[in-house]
Amino acid sequence: MATDAADGGNRRDFLQIVGWTGFGLGVAAVAWPLFQQMNPSADVLALASIDVDLAGVEPGMAITVQWRGKPVFIRHRTEEEIAQAEAVDLAALRDPATDAERATSADGTTRQPWLIQIGICTHLGCVPLGNKQGEPKGDYGGWFCPCHGSHYDTAGRIRRGPAPRNLDIPPFVYNSDTEITIG
Amino acid sequence: MSADTPTPKFTGVLGWIDYRLPVISWGYKELVAYPTPKNLNYFWNFGSLAGIFLVLQIVTGIVLVMHYTPHADMAFSSIEHIMRNVNYGWLIRYAHANGASFFFIVVYIHIFRGLYYGSYKEPRELLWILGVIILILMMATAFTGYVLPWGQMSFWAATVIVNLFSAIPLVGDSLVTWLLGGFSVGNPTLQRFFSLHYLMPFAIFAVVFLHILALHEHGSNNPVGIDLTKKDKIPFHPYYTVKDVFGLFVALLFFGAFVFFAPNVLGHADNYIPADPLVTPAHIVPEWYFLPFYAILRSITFDIGIFGFTLIDAKLGGVIAMFGAVLVLFFLPWLDTSKVRSATYRPIYFWAFWILLADVVILTYTGAMPAEGIWPTVALIGTIYYFFHFLVLLPLLGRFEKPKPVPESINKPVLPRAAPAGPQAQPAE
Repeated sequence: MATDAADGGNRRDFLQIVGWTGFGLGVAAVAWPLFQQMNPSADVLALASIDVDLAGVEPGMAITVQWRGKPVFIRHRTEEEIAQAEAVDLAALRDPATDAERATSADGTTRQPWLIQIGICTHLGCVPLGNKQGEPKGDYGGWFCPCHGSHYDTAGRIRRGPAPRNLDIPPFVYNSDTEITIG
Repeated sequence: MSADTPTPKFTGVLGWIDYRLPVISWGYKELVAYPTPKNLNYFWNFGSLAGIFLVLQIVTGIVLVMHYTPHADMAFSSIEHIMRNVNYGWLIRYAHANGASFFFIVVYIHIFRGLYYGSYKEPRELLWILGVIILILMMATAFTGYVLPWGQMSFWAATVIVNLFSAIPLVGDSLVTWLLGGFSVGNPTLQRFFSLHYLMPFAIFAVVFLHILALHEHGSNNPVGIDLTKKDKIPFHPYYTVKDVFGLFVALLFFGAFVFFAPNVLGHADNYIPADPLVTPAHIVPEWYFLPFYAILRSITFDIGIFGFTLIDAKLGGVIAMFGAVLVLFFLPWLDTSKVRSATYRPIYFWAFWILLADVVILTYTGAMPAEGIWPTVALIGTIYYFFHFLVLLPLLGRFEKPKPVPESINKPVLPRAAPAGPQAQPAE
């Protein structure tokens, strides 16, 4: 067996390191596709953005559209609802955000009458009630999650219950006064 | 009669096979001659009963897959197809659905038997740990199976449970997307759950094999909890094969009552409504066998932190508590520091055991109640006691409890009463 201890290692050490490194890289290369196949596939990602026409939604009305398989709540709020949301003391909120911040699109356009949110409770993913006529809107006039009792106000902010965050705002931009693109 | 049965020499075809592949002598040794304590009570029926229900689930499951379609558009209809069109489909599906419940009740009794008689103690620690692994695999299998009918409860159970992982800091949301194969529960989720639901029972089967291997190395524990000699043991066959078959018939009476007369009482009516991603059912309640863990999950409604700085928010706290409730069982052999196995000889642990059982029953009930009024408080007290039992009470009891004198042999407590003629008399066998 050839040894070459002069430089602190021999040929076998070198082969061991190269061999195991190669083996490790090989395992990682095989594991990567097996891991990645679990992530969203191309057709799921292709549905990642939608256009919504807001023209028919009058003040006081709300619609629900589906984006990435999730409900998106679009509410055209009344003056009173906006005033109610603006009157809240931010320090008292679990997840502080001003009403204007809640109604701002991804490119920075603020249109307070329009509140566009993902209709999924930030607790464990139920769909809150309050976006359809006749459904309970909770104690703060916004939305109410029946699963574990989270109440959201007219700006979609968490006010009471176990949910940790306000309703999420999806990335969206105004294409015109009456059309938005979500995603 | 003692358990000292030698393995016979097999001849003819059996002998030819056994010489080359010793499965026959191995099967004889483990299933026929296996020396079993002669003082086992009926609580020792539940191990083999669990094995039988596992086989029932695998057989009915394989048959159901011949008619089921794992696709979001067709899964619900294919279940109705099984119920209405397939010959005896209703029977097979009801047996599978109720079989899951019976598998859990049998395993829960088996676990509490182990807790009462200290079956997890040296040298059976790995036997116990393998059992906990089986329990976790069972839970994962039951959960993925519940999603397959693609009803409202299926869909929202999947949503709520997978969203538990979003509580994990930093990687939570990516992990949820990875698990779902999308941004919400959908067809990719259903298909992977189906794949895993088919895979895991075979993993359970393999771990059961190891569980039995570990069991047979040191033999079964017994109600007295002492190590037994050979003369205290009898061969498994015919004594315990016949007893297990009798127990099976009793269990099947109850099972048949559910399958034929009340097949839906353990389920939830909302699961006969097709899955709708835009509407959440008013009350999301898991299957009964998950209720204690669900109660523990919901019991943490407050953030945990120091000096006003939140370390663990309420959501993560609940998730940690729920998984911790199962994981604590892995450490039980070392948390219980008492050398005495059976609760019969442990005056304080005896009561601790029954209080723990009552605590779990209360948590089960609480898990089914809406999270309002008195119930969150009850859940929190129940959760605190659950962890107190394992993490505080058991380690302390081993130090401070004075156990009653343990008999030296299982013949001792019998002799004075059964043999007035003299100490030489042998107990009847």
